[in-house]
Amino acid sequence: MIEVENLTKRYGKIWALRNISFTVAEGEIIGFIGPNGAGKTTTMKILSCFMPATSGSVLISGYDVFHQAHEVKKIIGFLPEQPPLYDDMTVYGYLKYVSQLKEVPRFKLKNLMDRALKICGLEKVQNRLIKNLSKGYRQRVGIAQAIIHEPRVLIFDEPTASLDPRQTIEIRELIKKLSGEHTVILSTHILPEMAQTCQKVAIINEGEIIGADTYPNLSRQLRHLDRTRIKFSHPVDQPVYHCIEKIPGVVSLETDSPDSYGVLMNTELGETEGVVSKIIKIGVQENWGIREISPQEYTLEEVFVELIQRHENKK
Amino acid sequence: MTKIIYIIQRELKSYFVSPSAYIFCMVFLILTAIFFRGNIASFIEVRNQPLPWPELSVLQSLNKMILQPFFGQISLLYLLLPILTMRLLAEEKKLHTMELLLTSPIAVSHIVLGKYLAAAILLGVTLIMTIPGPILILFYGNPDLGLIITGYLGLFFVGLSFLALGLFASSLTENQIIAAMLGFGLVVLFWIIGGAPHVVGFGLGMVLAYLSILEHFYVFTKGFVELKDIVFFISFISFFLFLTHQVLESNRWR
Repeated sequence: MIEVENLTKRYGKIWALRNISFTVAEGEIIGFIGPNGAGKTTTMKILSCFMPATSGSVLISGYDVFHQAHEVKKIIGFLPEQPPLYDDMTVYGYLKYVSQLKEVPRFKLKNLMDRALKICGLEKVQNRLIKNLSKGYRQRVGIAQAIIHEPRVLIFDEPTASLDPRQTIEIRELIKKLSGEHTVILSTHILPEMAQTCQKVAIINEGEIIGADTYPNLSRQLRHLDRTRIKFSHPVDQPVYHCIEKIPGVVSLETDSPDSYGVLMNTELGETEGVVSKIIKIGVQENWGIREISPQEYTLEEVFVELIQRHENKK
Repeated sequence: MTKIIYIIQRELKSYFVSPSAYIFCMVFLILTAIFFRGNIASFIEVRNQPLPWPELSVLQSLNKMILQPFFGQISLLYLLLPILTMRLLAEEKKLHTMELLLTSPIAVSHIVLGKYLAAAILLGVTLIMTIPGPILILFYGNPDLGLIITGYLGLFFVGLSFLALGLFASSLTENQIIAAMLGFGLVVLFWIIGGAPHVVGFGLGMVLAYLSILEHFYVFTKGFVELKDIVFFISFISFFLFLTHQVLESNRWR
């Protein structure tokens, strides 16, 4: 659906994007994460035909965003960092105007308006002036204008920036709801929501993509050690602690929670199975009171920081 | 094509939802009325006096003492026009709604034309509201009706030209005040450019002087419609609309 190849963008001497390439299949949600200034917004703006690339190609549904921009614009919905709202219009009036701009046929208008209002929870405020809406509602109107013409591709730039936690969850749910029928590409630097909404994640730093895959795959790439959490029914005794430490294959052990009911164990890749079964055997024999043994993925934060660190070290 | 109409509708709605259209009309009409009243007053003063010699009968002609100055005075009020156009494009940039316009399947030329025509409609409406003045005179005297018609035609063209200047100015900045100031500057520039020969010398000066809006307007106030003037106005308007279009398109090249 979206094919980006060797995309480069230069502002004078500054390279905003260096040769990035990625693809998004139809119906997928892909998240762009990266530090501020990494090039997320630039990528979104190029994909949405707002800005031209310096070189490289971007194809959306087979149409080139520079040479066939008109076709592309019909099938995309774009929510920029600042939702493009006219303060002097009502929600309904604004959405109607947007649907006119996006060539929504007259006979479909009412249905699509109702759909957008419903999906974004805007029914109660549809006659209010946009100027009088709270930030959360403004963001929702921004999403509504992006989806109103049933575009195949949705491009959201920081859709949950400066929303309160509850609104953030609502928007996140909304985006998940949309993903089935639409292909969604969104950018953010709020990692937890990324892991929850997106199937694929692309990490971008200083204009380069330093990792693009599903989150578990990325995590696996980075792991040179397996990590397991073990929780007991009572604070860990020293003997138990030492015993586990001594098992061959265990690289390190540290207490997990401050109340030390649990430990985090790092084991060498491949040894983990053996170590865990040994722990279970001994644990049952000696009655350690094991409550939980669970493998821990790197959190997305750790993946993120690790990849960025490696990238900067390479330079 | 219909998209132009959608844009016109939105811009007109926007004009009339805020005080700007009303204040513009009000100021324009009040000043027009004051000028008109003044013209009548000075006309009446002269009217009733005996003429020391016959050539001065010109002073007692309705046409020349009331209508022609009237048209000239309205064209002066056109200095207010950049206030109408200042928000048209500058605001889109400020509010970031330009992102919406440029990522929607609508041609840049349609955007420019739509906004321009909305301002033109507002100008037309305002001009029409000044008509009661000349109509009053029609009842009380015998002015040249043709003169009134060509005068308004000329006024409309001059207004359209200044609107094109104002829209162009608005495309250059996201700050409405700067857009207004640039607009004022351009309007005054084309107003006084008739004096170019004095400043720049004869050759170049005469070329520049031809661009004077004043020159092409005078003929209309005398009751004549000349093709060359209409061509001038249409070219002028087209040129500045084209420039505006290029400025917006230039987003796509950078």
